[in-house]
Amino acid sequence: MASVVYFLDSRGRPLLHRDYKWDIPTSAVEKFPILLLKNSKSTNVEADSGLDDGATAPVFNDDGINYIYLTHKNLYILAMTREDANVFAVLCYLHSLVRVLEGYMKSLEEESIRDNFSIIYELLDEMMDFGVPQITDQKILKEYITQESFTLKTMLRPSGSKKRPGATTVFKQRVAPIAVTNAISWRSPGIKHKKNEAYLDVIESIDMLVNSRNQLLSSEIHGTIQLKSFLSGMPELVLGLNERFMNSCIDSIKGNDTISRAKIAGKKPIEVEDVKFHQCVRLGKIEADKMISFIPPDGECTLMTYRVHSPTLKPLFLIDYKMRNHSNTRLEIMVKVKANFKPRISARRLQIRIPVPRDIDSPKYHYNKGNLKYLPNESAVLWKIHKIDGGKEYVMIAELMLPTVTDDTDLEKFRKIPLNLKFEMQGFVTSGLQVKYLKIREPKLNYQSYPYVRYITKSSDHYDVRVK
Amino acid sequence: MGVGHLQRKLRRIFNVPKKGENSEFRTGLVSQYSDERKDTIQRVIAAMTVGKDVSSLFPDILKNIATHDLEQKKLVYLYLMNYAKTNPELCILATNTFVQDTRDPNPLVRALAIRTMGCIRVDKMVDYLCIPLKETLNDDNPYVRKTAAICVAKLFDLNSKLCTEQGFIDTLLEMLDDSNQTVVANAISALLEISKMSDAKLLNVNGVILKRLLLTLNECTEWGRISILVALADYDTQDSGEVEKIVEKVTPQLQHENPAVVLSSIKVILKQLEKVSSDTRERMLRRLTSPLCSLLTNPPEIQYVALKNIRIILEKYPQILARDLQAFFIKYSDPLYLKLEKIDILVRISTKENASILLSELREYAMDVDIQVVNRAIEAIGQLSIKIESISKKAVDILYELYLNRSSYVLEELVVVIQNILRRYDTKYLPTVITVIADLNFDDIDTPEAVSSYIWILGQYCKEIPHLEDRLKVMSEQFGEMDPLAQSSALTCIVKVNLTKSSANTRQLLQKILNKATNEIENADVRDQAYIYWRVLSTDDKALQKKIIMRKLPTLETTIETFSPGLLDQLINEISNLGSVFYKPSSAFIKPKYSDSAFVNKKKLQSRKLEELQQMAKTEIVQNAARAENLLDFEDSDIENEDEGTPEFQDAETKEDDVKNPTANANQILDELSDLFAGMSTQTPAQKAGNKGPQKNNDILGPF
Repeated sequence: MASVVYFLDSRGRPLLHRDYKWDIPTSAVEKFPILLLKNSKSTNVEADSGLDDGATAPVFNDDGINYIYLTHKNLYILAMTREDANVFAVLCYLHSLVRVLEGYMKSLEEESIRDNFSIIYELLDEMMDFGVPQITDQKILKEYITQESFTLKTMLRPSGSKKRPGATTVFKQRVAPIAVTNAISWRSPGIKHKKNEAYLDVIESIDMLVNSRNQLLSSEIHGTIQLKSFLSGMPELVLGLNERFMNSCIDSIKGNDTISRAKIAGKKPIEVEDVKFHQCVRLGKIEADKMISFIPPDGECTLMTYRVHSPTLKPLFLIDYKMRNHSNTRLEIMVKVKANFKPRISARRLQIRIPVPRDIDSPKYHYNKGNLKYLPNESAVLWKIHKIDGGKEYVMIAELMLPTVTDDTDLEKFRKIPLNLKFEMQGFVTSGLQVKYLKIREPKLNYQSYPYVRYITKSSDHYDVRVK
Repeated sequence: MGVGHLQRKLRRIFNVPKKGENSEFRTGLVSQYSDERKDTIQRVIAAMTVGKDVSSLFPDILKNIATHDLEQKKLVYLYLMNYAKTNPELCILATNTFVQDTRDPNPLVRALAIRTMGCIRVDKMVDYLCIPLKETLNDDNPYVRKTAAICVAKLFDLNSKLCTEQGFIDTLLEMLDDSNQTVVANAISALLEISKMSDAKLLNVNGVILKRLLLTLNECTEWGRISILVALADYDTQDSGEVEKIVEKVTPQLQHENPAVVLSSIKVILKQLEKVSSDTRERMLRRLTSPLCSLLTNPPEIQYVALKNIRIILEKYPQILARDLQAFFIKYSDPLYLKLEKIDILVRISTKENASILLSELREYAMDVDIQVVNRAIEAIGQLSIKIESISKKAVDILYELYLNRSSYVLEELVVVIQNILRRYDTKYLPTVITVIADLNFDDIDTPEAVSSYIWILGQYCKEIPHLEDRLKVMSEQFGEMDPLAQSSALTCIVKVNLTKSSANTRQLLQKILNKATNEIENADVRDQAYIYWRVLSTDDKALQKKIIMRKLPTLETTIETFSPGLLDQLINEISNLGSVFYKPSSAFIKPKYSDSAFVNKKKLQSRKLEELQQMAKTEIVQNAARAENLLDFEDSDIENEDEGTPEFQDAETKEDDVKNPTANANQILDELSDLFAGMSTQTPAQKAGNKGPQKNNDILGPF
């Protein structure tokens, strides 16, 4: 599929690459930064008309060579091909690549690529062969590609006296784990743990867009079930969920209309969508037997993801926002937040990001809860409240001095950026999902095991409140 | 060693150029201490990574190939891969080690060796590759077998003839029955790659293979699944039983966590949909909805390609996403390319039921920070109002509201949209929109499309426009600088005005514009248009004039672009491939890798060097010849000009004098338009010849 994979720095200069098919000249990658600029401004159809700087579409063609790239931090990760490749799979592969590399060296950036070139080469060699993706499962890769990598932290220490980490693993005989080619490619046999434990976290993150009159414009709940398991052998797990949720799941998989059916049954509807399972889950069994059965990978995994449409959802926080402009020299911003849920529930770590104009001066705050901080890089004031109980209401007023030269459009612009909220609530989830049981059975070892379940509701990246 | 390490770090930090770095490497590579050798190899690879030429170290690196340290082996192999082309002879020295390694007790080493051998693109290597490849294809260890399967594709790329002759392709086909799923998957991938290279379909799926594929699908890795799904998508099912089987086995894959598996499954199912009953089709389409939306929960780059594919699917099955409007709403942090793509899809999936929700959402986008999004949102509101009549009133109100709190860049798109709305609903919303137009001046708008739309509205609804004549005057003044598109509209406009609301002023303007268009404008279309109008106006038949010029345009049905049916079918085949992003069949942007027959033996490298020289010599000769020809051409053309050009040139000059007078005369005489019409009918031939004359001369004179 891909002929070559490049890692490029923020200016499009190559840091490291791996050729898989040798049919792309190096001049092609040298052209990449120019093409990025060209395609972002040009108006021809092929490269997507009129895009801004830094907003070039991630796929374009030049002189018979197809460029497929994604951005990660300040890097470009670029694949090139001459053939009509499966571009979607290539992009997905690049993302897997980033994920695996992040797993190996904590953070993938220019510096860490320079310092870990040999392990990256090794991984690139193992993960793709002649352009065909091979193994992208981090856990399995880690079993036989073990060269210790420099993480950025160790780099910051004076490393003069430190022994090269690579040296410790010399001559260690490495064998390909059976799992690589096994039907169960995510788990190696022969795992042993002293205690056999499994933790289930049901986490629902809420994206919500609320307008200035506190009306809900759109909402989306992304749910995941995270499994952290430390179980010996090849355990067979069966997860049981409450029937209402499971039915809705299966309906959504079949594409049936859930709401109308639930209404007929006289129940509060839940509409579950996009149900996705980890590759370890036997997909066929879900529909046939209403069972989620699987042999889990050791350690952490995302067992299941789903999305919920809940027509009855209300905004969790009511925001009252007022701004007064004193003749373009001074701004007063008032924000009132009210927790719009039952008093027995409380939200923790509430963070309200209030956008302000650029380069404001000596902000002064008046508030009755939490603490406030000006973040010049983001042009925002951050209001942190450690805990807020249901029904409680807090106010803050920020006085900001504007820079002497203030652009009117700039003043207009900042009001278009919505307030962003972050929070976390424990003990319940909005979709009404309940874990009924988690059966763990290891046919050979027959041990006692202990499952734990937690429910968390939290904000996703886009819990936004418009102020205009 | 520690000190050396620090020193290197410092060097790197300060970017100190090293003196004789290569010689330093060389001593390191032949050091008696294995640690130092390995360390040096790593540094060489580091130098290679940053683009330094370390190919001269090839022989010294090669000395380190025989090692039991797997990491060192990998590094040496990596080096060999990169520089094999520059040192093809020396590469042969490494073959012994390679062949040995393919028989190593450690399967990891066996696989590494066969993988790397395939990547060494030296033709000599091919001869040594066959035997180990055969062995590894029959290896006990599946990891080695799956690596060897891919190596067959590499061999084919190097020497397709040999690869076929040695029966490797048949071996691959046999491997479809392998007991290990990963091996099967890689065999399929290799076959697909080879098919692509040779443009021949090697994987002829039949009932037996189909069964095998479907069985493997559920058990192999995500990437293996994709290969299988690609093979399935190409398969032309024979009977309804097969269709059912495929759909049944592929459908669970829609819940896979890898989006590429999901989209490939969708493609397989879509291709079977035409063969099932309409009932099943409905049911299957409903099942596809949620997976399609789920593609939008991925990172932006993946979403972008997903949206492009969704657009194609939507044209085939427009109703499929009608209930999922909200999944396509823009997020504040979406990159621009994604926002624009989302708006496009939103308009397409809108229906009567959800249109008003969408409309208020678009209204928010129209107040975005980004100009492009604003313009696209306004365009979308226009498209929506034309697509769905029931909300057109609301749409027009929103447009008016946007106009009231306008920023300058809103106007241009707004004008275009207003034109479309007028063309769809004629006078229904005229009172509202005409106030917008009434407020506008030529200074407010800039793009040719906007100017053209503005002018069209002036002409079409001239009775409604206040201060029409002032506007027309500005138009005639700016006529020369306008884009041809706007010029053409301006011509039509002024002619229309004269037919419906003529006055002395407008007649004068008409004359001015027609003169400019026929005399000064270079664009042939505009000029021709002006001539045609002139001719039509010079007939006395007012009814005919009205019939031609005031003819009503057909009502605008949609402003949303669609694919032609033929293209659409091709694009369905392109789903998830590059063609789906470019909206073109692959043949339109892919240059075939092997233009000649794929089975031609490639030249041996030794002969290639000679070949290259010959080639260079040939091109040199050809270029020289071309240059010589060019020179000849010059002479030719000179001669021609001398022969013919000059007389014509003189001729032209004389003509020009003649010609100027009649036009000038005509201008004096035909001050009044009615006179012009009267005069024209008799004078036209002369006038026409006269006008053509200087134009032609100008054209000829241009190059001189």
